[in-house]
Amino acid sequence: MVASVKPPTAPPHPTKITPKMLELTKENRDFLLKLHRQMQFIRRFEERTQEQYTKAKIGGYCHLNIGEEATVVGGILPLQLTDYIFTSYREHGHAIARGIDPKAVMAELFGKENGTSHGRGGSMHMFDSDLRFMGGYGIVGGHLPLATGGGWAVRYKKEKDVVFCMFGDGATNIGAFHESLNFSKVFKLPVVWFCVNNRYGMGTPVEAASAVADIYKKACAYDMESIQIDGMNVREVLLKTSEIVEKTRADSEPRFIEALCYRFKGHSVVDPDKYRSTEDKEKFRKADPIVAFEHELEKAKLADEEYFKKVRMEVDAEVQDIIKYADESPEPKVADLYKYVYADEWEERPELHGDPL
Amino acid sequence: MPEEKLYRVALREALGEEMERDDTVYLIGEDIGKFGGAYRVTDGLLDKFGAERVVDAPIAEEVIVGTAIGSAMLGLRPVVEMMTINFSLVAYDQIVNNAAKIRYMFGGEANVPLVIRMPGGAGHQLSAQHSHSLEVLYGLIPGLLVVAPTTPEDAKGMLKSAIRTNNPVMFLESMSLYNVRGMVPDGDYTTPLGQAAVRRKGADLTIVGVSRMAVLANEAAKQLEEEDIDVEVIDLRSIRPIDWPPIVESVNRTTRCMVVEEGWATYGVTAEIAAGVQERCFDYLDAPIRRLGGAQVPMPYSLPLEKASIPTSEDIKRMARKVVGRKTDA
Ligand SMILES: Cc1ncc(C[n+]2csc(CCOP(=O)(O)OP(=O)(O)O)c2C)c(N)n1
Ligand SMILES: [Mg+2]
Repeated sequence: MVASVKPPTAPPHPTKITPKMLELTKENRDFLLKLHRQMQFIRRFEERTQEQYTKAKIGGYCHLNIGEEATVVGGILPLQLTDYIFTSYREHGHAIARGIDPKAVMAELFGKENGTSHGRGGSMHMFDSDLRFMGGYGIVGGHLPLATGGGWAVRYKKEKDVVFCMFGDGATNIGAFHESLNFSKVFKLPVVWFCVNNRYGMGTPVEAASAVADIYKKACAYDMESIQIDGMNVREVLLKTSEIVEKTRADSEPRFIEALCYRFKGHSVVDPDKYRSTEDKEKFRKADPIVAFEHELEKAKLADEEYFKKVRMEVDAEVQDIIKYADESPEPKVADLYKYVYADEWEERPELHGDPL
Repeated sequence: MPEEKLYRVALREALGEEMERDDTVYLIGEDIGKFGGAYRVTDGLLDKFGAERVVDAPIAEEVIVGTAIGSAMLGLRPVVEMMTINFSLVAYDQIVNNAAKIRYMFGGEANVPLVIRMPGGAGHQLSAQHSHSLEVLYGLIPGLLVVAPTTPEDAKGMLKSAIRTNNPVMFLESMSLYNVRGMVPDGDYTTPLGQAAVRRKGADLTIVGVSRMAVLANEAAKQLEEEDIDVEVIDLRSIRPIDWPPIVESVNRTTRCMVVEEGWATYGVTAEIAAGVQERCFDYLDAPIRRLGGAQVPMPYSLPLEKASIPTSEDIKRMARKVVGRKTDA
């Protein structure tokens, strides 16, 4: 970890999630509001990220979590800090929810030396070994075999950790998905496969790409417990994910979760998003996971619109500070171009750089 | 006392000794346990170390390699056996996009201490899909170390070094070398990665051989002695990085150079060596650098056609005579 000061909107410390904790009661107010704030923070972080992209402060591909916050926060918070996460390129929120300093996440987006990956990875490749955030990966489905290996290592070392692997609906059509599920079941690896079904892989709807539109059913081919959950409802995601993760911790059997949601923006920030109908977009907008949670909190008299407004302003101020930090951070040195290609004594070997004579 | 051992036995000893030494080392591959390995390299290791450390995996190269990489990131030291190099193409994405790049794209925050062993080469009538020399596909990739040992001594010593480094190593074996015998030193020794070996000193011509072709080059050199052609033979051993100093020193002395590989020479390892020698030794060269590689066809099944596709020591001799300006029909 590089950036230093933790901002106020740190994710609520991971605890064992119980149904009781999620009830909309006064006793739980503190935790529930923290959840809400974390989602709102990620939303604002992503909106501002998009803005910085259009200002050319951020380059390359850039995929946002907007609309998917319930799967992000609900999926990651039930994990213990000793558990491992492997995820896709749509992972800014995942990194933040895990507790990586958002400054380091933004610095990485800005390509700066104090980013999570020292500016070598960018939007798709956040990493933090201390927090066991084992990376965002850009080849669709390519990180599922790595998560399998994570499960292998945990089992090999006879530890009690769980490996949590997040990927999109589109990733379930590639060979690596099937190889990984099969392998994890054959060897009883403690991996929870978490599919964020936002109903599209770029411009292709699930039904057009997957012979089985209910993705969770694919795991049946590998004789694995598998559930489909409402990925727009953060309390449901938290509860169901926690149950599955703890079962897997107990018996080292892989399990599968499909969280149904919708991304509110294009596939990446440059996508004009012309392939989805306005009716669909409106329908899902109405189910906005943050707004839905706010309605619940309001109805239970745990917070009101004024409070939500205040949170929105506060997190925005935090994000502005973060952007300032990233902007003022140093670029990697060109002299360090070859650093990190190889480990140990191989790091500084010019014959490995194809240097001119 | 150092003993004569088979190349495959030397490999097996390296695996067994490293597994004894470090319990994070484990083996994974297809039929490496109960079956004993397609080329019997891992024979007996299952009985000794158990199924947790000698893993018979499903026929799924992508997840085998991915599993190895992921577990390496978490601190294990996997040694993968690809049944043959041909099947490594199925795992090429994992090797190139993950193993080779993870350390760099995460800014040095992760290491991938991984070895992938794979037998390659042709000459057993296995035809098009089972006869490949793909050194160049791995030599191309920054982030990988790529070696091709040709003697039992190197096989053992370099495999130990490969297991101990924190970098991903592609360990290229040759199907035709498993039954080669050679002296293997006693005890726990390692042979450094990244170094070429001068197999024979000579004054007239330098031949750089890749993998088994270094062995053939040595045979050819012995025979050329009778024709009064004094050949220096360099066994490349390391494909990435290329160990330039001994090659440059040699060519500057002999003023002539020829490079041999079993794979396709166009865009091949030999192309890279020839280009590098030309850049480094231009002022010393008295003849064009020549390359010899396998015929550029998918490997045919027919015995005479297959024979015609793989460089032989006769081919090496013929080209060597040309490079030193002798009559070619000798
Ligand atoms: C192997 C591979 N093929 C194609 C792409 C290009 N690509 C990037 S994201 C994407 C869609 C993936 O959809 P999904 O898995 O549902 O994830 P989402 O983007 O919806 O989160 C595609 C086709 C890629 N990165 N990797
Ligand atoms: Mg999708």
